[in-house]
Amino acid sequence: MGWTERSSSPGYSPPRGGGEYRKKLFDLLLPPAFWLGVWQLCAVLVDRSVGGRGNELLLPYPASVGRALLSLAGTGGFWGTVLASLGRIALGLLAGIALGALLAGLTSAFRWADRLLSPAIRVVQAAPVASFILLVLLWTGRDAVPAVISALMVTPVVWGSLSQGIRAVDRKLLELAWACRFSRMKTAWLIYLPSLRPYLQSALTASAGLAWKSGVAAEVLCLPSPALGGQIYYSKYYLDIPELFAWTAVAVALSLLLERLLSRLLARWGRGWGG
Amino acid sequence: MISCQNLTLSFGEKRVLDSFSLELPGRGVTALRGPSGCGKTTLLRVLAGLEIPQGGSLSGLAPGQTAILFQEDRLLPWRTVERHLTDVLPRERRGEAGSLLELVELSGEEKSYPAALSGGMGRRLALARTLALDARLYLLDEPFAGVDPARALRILERLKALPAPVLLVSHEPALLARADQVVELDGPPLLFLERKSNQKEL
Repeated sequence: MGWTERSSSPGYSPPRGGGEYRKKLFDLLLPPAFWLGVWQLCAVLVDRSVGGRGNELLLPYPASVGRALLSLAGTGGFWGTVLASLGRIALGLLAGIALGALLAGLTSAFRWADRLLSPAIRVVQAAPVASFILLVLLWTGRDAVPAVISALMVTPVVWGSLSQGIRAVDRKLLELAWACRFSRMKTAWLIYLPSLRPYLQSALTASAGLAWKSGVAAEVLCLPSPALGGQIYYSKYYLDIPELFAWTAVAVALSLLLERLLSRLLARWGRGWGG
Repeated sequence: MISCQNLTLSFGEKRVLDSFSLELPGRGVTALRGPSGCGKTTLLRVLAGLEIPQGGSLSGLAPGQTAILFQEDRLLPWRTVERHLTDVLPRERRGEAGSLLELVELSGEEKSYPAALSGGMGRRLALARTLALDARLYLLDEPFAGVDPARALRILERLKALPAPVLLVSHEPALLARADQVVELDGPPLLFLERKSNQKEL
């Protein structure tokens, strides 16, 4: 019988000094600074190629977009528009996650459900989002379209990721659950959910971006009011390209914010499995 | 008395159990000794209900009345030591987690996670979790792998005092010498060679 020493904590990292903080700050600022520089350079080149008139019709300067963003943020309608779009798309995202998780559970547990539902989910995944937007617009009011489309686009992603996760759950742990006489609920809580956490995390990361892309596309085509996508549409209509970029930047920021928020919630929820 | 009669089990072409029979005493530790791959683990799995034999019968044991310690620890990385026990302890025995940890000499590690335990400590936690289950027969597959010899012998003495019999697989001569009885096996298919009662006869 060999005797092994107590292992050290896996999360150990050496203490950090001031140099570490500066490095972190540098890592944080360098990529955006680099890409802003590339953007500025491209804008100068494009501007010169059209004779240097500075109308920024093809590619605005970063500073112009910044000014447009500041000017938008100062208007009363901005926050109402942002909140309305955020609400619609977050609702669609959450519904898509719930539906995807439910379908993953069903198709993994029952062969008939897998045979019946998997082809339909794959069709939804492969079909062009524009077709769905127009169909849902015909079937429901324009206000419901972004949430429904976000949910429809997110569902197959969550379903695919969680189905893969369910297949990958360690059979030996399931055998242990049987030997320990765990109920189905207990097995789900103690074995399945913690094992699925990384799959849920990657599904959330992919889904948050997808929900925003598809939701804003639906807003552009259906023009519910107020809507971020509607503002993008009108910016294009009036050829206000800096404003179009500004609204796009807002959509990207909101997408990242939503993804972070869900990841935090998932991490907090995950802590409940220990202790 | 718990016994199995004429157990038969094949995996494809490979016959692992061929009319194998064994009787176990009402309590105490019975150790199984035999070469690797002879079918000892399969016998434990059949007794635990994890493998369904193609023939034979069990008596004195109903389904769900055994508790098995697998050859691997199978700990849950996301559960603390204490939770590993309270998760399986019946509601009316929840307070026994502390005494089980004492039995396997893991007191003070209640809030630790498996990643912070050594191999031997993890093995003892897995053993405590098995003992936390109500059972008429405890099946332990190499319960002291990675546990230091002196501690393994102390724990073995405590296992001998359990109200239910213990059937364990071990290759360690020191442990086999202290078991209440040793069953010598060979195989595959699993073959009963002899039963030695009392360590003095070894």
